[in-house]
Amino acid sequence: MSTDTTGLKGPRHIAGLKGAGRAEQAPPLRTAGPGPIKGAGRFSSRSIGVVIVAVWALAAVAAPVVAPHAVDDRFPGLLNSPPTVPHVSFVQRPYIYRWMLVNQLEQRYEIDRGRPVPLRWFSGGTLVQSSDEARAPLLLFGTDSYGRDVFSRLLYGARMSLSLALVSAVGAMLVGMAAGGLAGYVGGALDEALMRTSDFVMVLPAMYVALALRAVLPLVLAPRVVFALLAGIFALVGAPFIARGVRAIVRSERRLDYAVAAEALGASAARVLVRHVLPAAGGFVATELAMLIPAFIVAEATLSYVGLGFPDPIASWGTMLHDASTNIRVFADFPWLLSPAAAIFLVVLGLNLAIEDAGGYERTLG
Amino acid sequence: MTRYIIRRLAFALFLVVAVSSASLLLAGAVPGDFASGTLGLEGARRDRLEQARERYGLDKPLAVQYRDWVAHAVRLDFGNSLLYDRPVGDLIPERAVNTAVLALTALTLATLVGLPLGIVVGSRHGGLMPSAIRAGSVVLLSMPPLLTSLFLVFVAARTGWLPISGMRSAVAPPGGAALDVLRHLVVPAAAIALPLAAMFERLQSQAMREVVRQPYVLAAVARGASRSRVVWRDALKAALRPIAAVYGLVVGTLLSGSFAVEVITAWPGLGRLMLEALSARDVYLVAGCAGMGSIFLAVATLFSDVALAFVDPRVTE
Repeated sequence: MSTDTTGLKGPRHIAGLKGAGRAEQAPPLRTAGPGPIKGAGRFSSRSIGVVIVAVWALAAVAAPVVAPHAVDDRFPGLLNSPPTVPHVSFVQRPYIYRWMLVNQLEQRYEIDRGRPVPLRWFSGGTLVQSSDEARAPLLLFGTDSYGRDVFSRLLYGARMSLSLALVSAVGAMLVGMAAGGLAGYVGGALDEALMRTSDFVMVLPAMYVALALRAVLPLVLAPRVVFALLAGIFALVGAPFIARGVRAIVRSERRLDYAVAAEALGASAARVLVRHVLPAAGGFVATELAMLIPAFIVAEATLSYVGLGFPDPIASWGTMLHDASTNIRVFADFPWLLSPAAAIFLVVLGLNLAIEDAGGYERTLG
Repeated sequence: MTRYIIRRLAFALFLVVAVSSASLLLAGAVPGDFASGTLGLEGARRDRLEQARERYGLDKPLAVQYRDWVAHAVRLDFGNSLLYDRPVGDLIPERAVNTAVLALTALTLATLVGLPLGIVVGSRHGGLMPSAIRAGSVVLLSMPPLLTSLFLVFVAARTGWLPISGMRSAVAPPGGAALDVLRHLVVPAAAIALPLAAMFERLQSQAMREVVRQPYVLAAVARGASRSRVVWRDALKAALRPIAAVYGLVVGTLLSGSFAVEVITAWPGLGRLMLEALSARDVYLVAGCAGMGSIFLAVATLFSDVALAFVDPRVTE
């Protein structure tokens, strides 16, 4: 917080700070002050963001251990069943109640209170499962319309969505730093051509570019190919944002003494660029990536939602939303199917909080 | 100034030509075409496929197809949609109007909500209300239109307050058609407007915060001008510059956002048409949609460039 050099802030200013509710009657002099909200709050919101992102990253990595079921395990008798809430008591192990189908047509279930089903730790190769998996599986977030465990799919989906976003971001970083570094270092016609191209790409609505590039390719592809393809498309669409900033940094840095000295010592142009000048762009690139990753997560979700993402048994947050969207009724009746949307929100919020003060809110909208 | 406008105009024209050409070539160059896509499913015989290709002009080399398309396009004939069997020139405008209505409503809403809130937050020094607004913005910024529309559709479906899909009811309800469209507009427009308003609020409050630190603002305060006069007249003028700069860029965001929203809420706009055209390999319709989208984009960037040049003459240099 910068200090008030004008010295015009009187006691009224301090009084205003103490009573938050009195901000309405604040005297005009307070407009002269710098405005950021107190440093302490900012710090904590930032660490909240880091924690949220870390938890999701951990969930993605540990999905095979934490998820009670496999991605395509189906429970045919439990289509669109609600979550089984674990009950904790001090005298016995945590337990759940079984869902019983009472109306096949409306897919309405009722809790079977008669017989609690205890949970078992470290069984079936996962962290926790129900002790009666066949009749009363542990379904923390319910099931989807195929009878698959939404919680497990959400974790495996995190794996897919987050790794795709991460790989795309690394790709965008490599392409962007290469293009921006070259443009800034070499200059001239190459600079002009590269920057005009990235300006052009940046003007276009990114979602449509990704959509068009994906849609013109064959629709049915192996999951691995889809992954590579989407990562490539996202990297290309995201690269210009990095390239522009890197170019500006390289242009100014290469004139500084340390770069000139390296050159004078006989270092090759490539070495000066890669070892000496480009590291100066590190902070900028990191911030930029933290803004691109949410955009990539949302882009995957959007493409999968319209059916251009991963093929069926694969779980990603987008394909889960796609499955949920087959019938508009599910939004109202089976809200747990929207948990991927909540997951996307949490990750994006976490990333936004983590970089809050680094500035730039322009591109979280995907 | 005139030279600057001419230069921006040339770029706008280039944008439209390049985008529609590129999308036509892209859609035409890939394996599979409209004939094999639609007739192929019916197990059509080879000669029927050939016949269909000939009818649509898909049998010619891509370069010839492109040349023919350009030759017709300069006379404002953009070919026939293979999917709808209607001229693209008829089909696009009605969908484009729907998208424009949606996008402009959202932009207006976002501006009316976001800017004043940003001014309030930026000109105050802590306090409960600015903190609450700020927290709300951070939350909404993490909800792109894909998520806001899913959430709003969920709420609307759960409460039954508002229609959740389409643009018109099958049976016109009492109150007339205009009111019906308006009711259908609420969910999609709000879905786009909410994150956008949050973005405007953040940008505006940052700009405001910097401006109120300027000596001339202090001078105005020292001369005894009232707080509201200083904030809403003296400071605001300078603080609008960053918003003017992003207004042109926002159109890209609007179009991207409206794509997800149109798909989720079944709003019959350009985005959904583009998706249909791409999936069916309807090359002329793809080119038409892309062209129309780029016209939106070009007009908006042109508009914001010129507006910015008026606010800040330095950009023309």
